[in-house]
Amino acid sequence: MRSLTLLVSALLALPAVAAELPENHITNIFKPLATPAESEKSIALLVFAITGFIFVGVAGLIAYTIWRYRQPSGVHQHEEPPQVYGSNQIEVAWTVLPILIVFVLIGVSARVIAAVENASPPAAALKVTIIGHQWWWEVLYPDYGIITANEIHVPATPDGKNATYLQLQSADVIHSFWLPQLSGKTDLIPNRTNFMWIDPREPGIYVGNCAEYCGTQHANMLLRVVGQDPKSFKAWTIEQQRRAVDSPNAAEGGAVFQSLACVNCHNISGLGQASSGSKFGPDLTHLMLRQTLGSGVLKNTPENLRAWVNDPQVAKPGCLMPSMKLTPDELTKVVAYLETLK
Amino acid sequence: MSSIQSSLDRPQVEEARFSFSSHLYDWVSTVDHKRLGLMYIVTALLFLVIAGIMATVIRLQLAFPNGHVVDPDTFNRLFTMHGTTMVFLVGMPFVAGLSNYLVPLMIGARDMAFPRLNAFGFWIFLFGGFLLYFSYIGGSGLSGAGSAPDVGWFAYAPLTSRAFSRGASTDYWILGILVAGIGSIASAINVIVTTISMRCPGMTFSRMPMFVWVMLIDSWLIIIALPPLSAAQIMLLVDRFMNGNFFNTQNGGSAVLWQHFFWIFGHPEVYILIFPAFAILSEVIPIFSRKPIFGRPAMVGAVAAIGFISLGVWAHHMFAVGMTSWSNTFFTASTMLVGIPTGIKIFNWTATMYGGKLRLDTPMLFCCAFLFQFLIAGLTGIMLATGPFDWQLHDSYFVVGHFHFTLVAGLVFALFAGMYYWFPKVSGRLYNEKLGKWHFWLFVIGVELTFVPMHFLGFLGMPRRIYTYAPDRGWNFWNLLATSGLIFQLPATLLFVWNVVHSAIKGKIAGDDPWDAWTLEWATTSPPPEYNFETTPEVHSSRPLWDLKNPNDPDWRFE
Amino acid sequence: MDAVLTTPKPPPPIGEWHLPDRGTMGVIFLIVTETALFTIFVVAYLVYNGKSLSGPYPKDVLDLPILASICLLSSSATIVFAENALKKHRLGMFKLWWLATILLGLEFLVSTGMEWRKLIYEYHLTVSTNLFGTTFYSLVGLHASHVIVGMCFLILVMLVTLRGFPIATQERRVKFLSWYWHFVDAVWIVVFTVVYVIGR
Repeated sequence: MRSLTLLVSALLALPAVAAELPENHITNIFKPLATPAESEKSIALLVFAITGFIFVGVAGLIAYTIWRYRQPSGVHQHEEPPQVYGSNQIEVAWTVLPILIVFVLIGVSARVIAAVENASPPAAALKVTIIGHQWWWEVLYPDYGIITANEIHVPATPDGKNATYLQLQSADVIHSFWLPQLSGKTDLIPNRTNFMWIDPREPGIYVGNCAEYCGTQHANMLLRVVGQDPKSFKAWTIEQQRRAVDSPNAAEGGAVFQSLACVNCHNISGLGQASSGSKFGPDLTHLMLRQTLGSGVLKNTPENLRAWVNDPQVAKPGCLMPSMKLTPDELTKVVAYLETLK
Repeated sequence: MSSIQSSLDRPQVEEARFSFSSHLYDWVSTVDHKRLGLMYIVTALLFLVIAGIMATVIRLQLAFPNGHVVDPDTFNRLFTMHGTTMVFLVGMPFVAGLSNYLVPLMIGARDMAFPRLNAFGFWIFLFGGFLLYFSYIGGSGLSGAGSAPDVGWFAYAPLTSRAFSRGASTDYWILGILVAGIGSIASAINVIVTTISMRCPGMTFSRMPMFVWVMLIDSWLIIIALPPLSAAQIMLLVDRFMNGNFFNTQNGGSAVLWQHFFWIFGHPEVYILIFPAFAILSEVIPIFSRKPIFGRPAMVGAVAAIGFISLGVWAHHMFAVGMTSWSNTFFTASTMLVGIPTGIKIFNWTATMYGGKLRLDTPMLFCCAFLFQFLIAGLTGIMLATGPFDWQLHDSYFVVGHFHFTLVAGLVFALFAGMYYWFPKVSGRLYNEKLGKWHFWLFVIGVELTFVPMHFLGFLGMPRRIYTYAPDRGWNFWNLLATSGLIFQLPATLLFVWNVVHSAIKGKIAGDDPWDAWTLEWATTSPPPEYNFETTPEVHSSRPLWDLKNPNDPDWRFE
Repeated sequence: MDAVLTTPKPPPPIGEWHLPDRGTMGVIFLIVTETALFTIFVVAYLVYNGKSLSGPYPKDVLDLPILASICLLSSSATIVFAENALKKHRLGMFKLWWLATILLGLEFLVSTGMEWRKLIYEYHLTVSTNLFGTTFYSLVGLHASHVIVGMCFLILVMLVTLRGFPIATQERRVKFLSWYWHFVDAVWIVVFTVVYVIGR
């Protein structure tokens, strides 16, 4: 019992540790922090070089032509310049050269496409299933039996050998998974499973957005990936696998949670039902371990949590969680209960 | 070259002698290609202003993080209606309007092949536009008070299914566009048949003006590429009204299939939209350089190649959908290939100017700006065509920047060039050149300010179609800069409207051929009489007026 | 321009100037655009063939519509006979063959209606049942709607002829209508192959 308490309090300290991770808010695709984004940057630089070269050459030619042959306006010239109709050699030259350039680009693209798309996961790789909902992310770790939402923890892998393989599905409309510094995007499409992989090199927090318009709150369907060193990641998985801790002084709130409609949409393991997957809304079992609420729209603080439960439509108008019109007393009890969900 | 003109051919402003209702009846019942062409263009300009106001509100909402100018649903309707209006109710009627007005004149014909079909096409297009906008009143969703569609201009399934788009707003999107599309197809068939069957004696295909060639190929693209959209929309109607399963992912349907069908239409559509720009440039640049177009056969071949290849690139809009690496590579390849004939055109236009005597009046200024802008737009297109790079750029503001460059800094610039160029022919009067230049410079500055920053926003990871953003993402500065472009674009547009209206009433009389041009429309009065030409012209080369003006050095010696 | 002192060489004469007839071109391009429309529905049918999550399935419920197809395809022949009769100004024969065309087309429509009745009431296959139902009724229905439009025009021509209008002056328009009718038949061949041969 004592060691369990020690373990629990040690684990409770973890969110603070997570908060000390560097947060990458400026998601510049030219500052990649994982292999797919890295190779996409390399090909981008090649394309920049080629198109930059073309631009300088052609724009220079156009600018020179305009400057050299301009006449003062409004004056009608009486003598027409030599009437040149064309030149077959020139036409051939400036057709063949672009074709050659394009073939180079096609070849390089083919190589990168194959490298990113056809990479197959090694047997021991971490597999995460992401299911898109309007307007939140359901996150499953099938090998660990973990169900969570919106915040995805993966091991950071400096040598690139511990990539995380994502399986992408959707419960309703098309969404898209985009963390610019980790990888290009892949869509989540209903009735279809897509695959991608990420390998964040350093521990840190990576943010992104849903990148396919999916309705009213598409703008606030934010992504949060927490890359952790292997030990922290393991500890996190153990935490996530626990059922909800039933703290005695939140029993009332738990009863409120069950008696009101909350339990119709949200699953909390340890509330007496089998953990059978998220329902209509995110799994709340370890809500307090998440840094944000409402898939990134609010920081997870006590005031914000209270405001959110009271009326989610204020922070995220149009989202599918209605205000349950709780009395202040019911609200206090439910929020107190939620705050025990670590 | 003057002929007796009835007052009915004069611009509307001189109708004092006629009752308003008889004048209105004339216009409503007309089958004259020139009037219908004008009606298309004026309607397009009206919709351009409406969609431009929507864009203004969008930019105001996005100028600052956590904006509160409009709520999310209103924003989503704004960008949907802005895009849908610009593509279908501005771009397409410009295609129809320009070809309807100019093609018969340029080929020496009296009217289009099917004048009544022409009128039908216009009115059904207009009805389609009304249907779309009626959604604001009639589209009631869950919230009750009517609303416009909010599913984006490409309306991906299953967001458009009954389950996720309640009420009738999506139905108005479907029906409005379906109906307007019928008008586009009718107009396109008309242009093709006119070009084949109504050319004046001597005008073989090889002697047709570049404008006519480009609009002919454009019309081919329309009749092949628009039906896939109509088909997909009919399928969506079956899904929404009869519980069909075409895109019903709950019962085996595929959301990706909608994307395939839509983009099989959608990609050729953007070429359909840009071809008038190519057509206009190919007429204006030679006249203002005082040289024939460089490499006519290559130019025609390039347009044909673009048209043909554009039918095979559609899935570059779907690189993130999870297609096989073979598919992704194929579409990367085909998309890059389609850039080559476009580049050839830019080279040929430049070569036309090289060695010429460039007259930098407003039409030519817009053409010169087009060359630079379309070059940039084409090169950002190459970036997007590169599959792996597109995995980052897809659905980001980089794409928004790219297509606004092609359409605003490309198409709209060229349309202004064309409108200034043919204004004297249509109205019989000269526009004010000084105002034109002011319009040009203000508009160019505004366009650069608004759309260049969007490319950087894409690099910084900003997705499209979001109604707001957090302040710590590094997007604040570029968004504010993009909004600031409005300060220049709005007065520029007002200047243009003033110039057009004022000059149409009080401008100097233009005469038949104020630009000293070479194609047949300049061989008749300004504006042309209802029957176009007193006697049917006979041509012997691609520049009949050059031949007439230069009898010692006619083109037919070389062609 | 400068006054011309010596007469420059005249351009070569143009000679005969004949361009394709615009009505003919119009019908051809109408057919082109309709082909594009039908192609997408055929593609949807093929893509979804065999992918229905539940029955009824094509091989369980579809019988080859032999009689209907023979009637429709024969009507292409009878309309040609009617045209030939019109060319030879044999109005009586024209009316006969035209009526035959209408009756054969009508038989096709009635057959289709009966087939659909059976599918809906006996096999409970509707547009919403499964992918097969959706794509089948859409494709066959699109074709049938084109047959109906053609029939309307055929009947119009019949009525107008019976009322005494000089149909002989409308040879060109009758020709265009018959081309449309041939197109509808050609589409049926494709639909038949895709739905009843490949798809079953």
